[in-house]
Amino acid sequence: MLDKRLDLDGFVASLKDGMTIGIGGWATRRKPMALVRAIARSNLKDLTIVAYGGPDVGTLVAAGKVKKLIFGFVSLDHFPLDPHFRAARQTGTLEVMELDEGLLHWGLRAAAMHLPFLPAQFGMATDIPAQGIKTIKSPYEDGQTLLAMPAIKLDAAIMHVHRADKAGNTLIFSPDPFFDDLMARAADKVFVSTEQLVETEGLDLPANSRFHPFERSVVTGVIEAPLGAHPTAANPDYGIDMAHLKTYVASSGEGWGEYRDRFVDVEPDTYVAAVGGADHIRALPAAIY
Amino acid sequence: MTQTTDTYSLIELCIAAGSEAWTHDGEVLATGITLMPRLAAGLAKLTCNPALMLTDGENHFVAEPVPAGPRNGYQPKIEGWMPFARTFDNLWGGKRHAMVVPTQIDRFGQTNISVIGDHAKPKAALLGARGYPGNSISHPNSYFVPTHNTRAFVAGEVDYVCGVGYNPARWPDGKKPRGLDLRRVITDLAVLDFGGKDNAMRVRSLHPGVTFEEVQENTGFALERPDHIPETKAPSAEQLKLIRERLDPHNLRATLIKGNPVGDRRLAKTEAA
Repeated sequence: MLDKRLDLDGFVASLKDGMTIGIGGWATRRKPMALVRAIARSNLKDLTIVAYGGPDVGTLVAAGKVKKLIFGFVSLDHFPLDPHFRAARQTGTLEVMELDEGLLHWGLRAAAMHLPFLPAQFGMATDIPAQGIKTIKSPYEDGQTLLAMPAIKLDAAIMHVHRADKAGNTLIFSPDPFFDDLMARAADKVFVSTEQLVETEGLDLPANSRFHPFERSVVTGVIEAPLGAHPTAANPDYGIDMAHLKTYVASSGEGWGEYRDRFVDVEPDTYVAAVGGADHIRALPAAIY
Repeated sequence: MTQTTDTYSLIELCIAAGSEAWTHDGEVLATGITLMPRLAAGLAKLTCNPALMLTDGENHFVAEPVPAGPRNGYQPKIEGWMPFARTFDNLWGGKRHAMVVPTQIDRFGQTNISVIGDHAKPKAALLGARGYPGNSISHPNSYFVPTHNTRAFVAGEVDYVCGVGYNPARWPDGKKPRGLDLRRVITDLAVLDFGGKDNAMRVRSLHPGVTFEEVQENTGFALERPDHIPETKAPSAEQLKLIRERLDPHNLRATLIKGNPVGDRRLAKTEAA
């Protein structure tokens, strides 16, 4: 049987400087934070990050890993603005391609379909196209001018799921799967961290069929990372850690060094202990929006 | 009877005025992002347009608006699934009317939540364009601006155009995009719309005690002034009861406008005197 298991070192060793990496999840929900912290600790540099961003983006920006960001937003939801993203933007050190949320979706879909672009109305008549997104004329009777959203080809995609077997069959139980499937299909390599690594029988299929986001051939590596989305949510297993996000938000500027020492430059077990322990995380309630 | 029997706050006036934006929409998704628009959408669902679809702010449709804040045992009445992928499908199809809170808005109704200043090195980096470009070219949109001043209602164009407006110079082939439909702008001073000449922004109603001149002074461009401008309708007793007891029982709305002023400022002056 295929065995795609990797540890965090094996995961980091699979990446290279200058790669374009897509990160699954949405803002403060189901971000592969254990993988993000592993990248933050690594020697990797000059990455292009593609995300519906949250503390994943801020952490990598603060750690100096991000050359360019392709994004629709960077938000911490209940704390609207990420301090590290903000600081990097305001010093002009972060190269960006800012997209409409739907255009980001479209760019990933184009890459997933091996198309050079997908046409769209959304984005037209705004400042978004001025970043180098070209237009195309409809070849049909309508003749209208449309945006040609270029494919966002990813070298790698990373995401966090609830269950996986070692062959790369995965289950996402969250109420919203977001665009992880598109991220995965847009990428050459896909690394999945999982709350639990189980035998295939343990996926309880077909009862859970509707939670199986993509076929296993999409997946390159499976990394067991219990509580690996913290401080973001991995509902139904645990919710957002608002108190920790507050600590994170306060880590701007000179505060980053201490935050990094305590919560980034540590092994996963130490991390879990530092943020209050596994029981604390598992008891975090679902956020109210 | 639905006579107002006691003092209402300015934010309650805004919520009631905001709810009316959805009156004639029929069966569409009403999205209110951040608290005031959410309460306005909920109020619309409970009063002027019961056909509206609402979500729990996450990824389910609810049959009735979910109260804001701690739920104290209240269970949302889920009536369907609405993951983000479906939200895009819905909004691209146009069957949605959103009310959102832009940081800047200009005379064309173009809106910005991305940056203040230059995009390459902004004075203030905000959220990013989010869904504004897609929303504004696909379906009706209304806006809430809690502080009506010339920093929000800017001269010229907004610093970064996220939301499309009535600016033909930017329209593809110079033609108005099919889905572009800006409805109302609710502020702490007035309700505005785009019913002026060539969709110019005009004052639709003035909040009690506010003059047109005051609105104009706080706006970075010339507003169209109708011959007669009515006063923004005071919330009815029914509307106030729904806002206070059902939609926002923890009074989270009290923080939305600085000082939580009364809705009819003439009363505040009386009190001060």
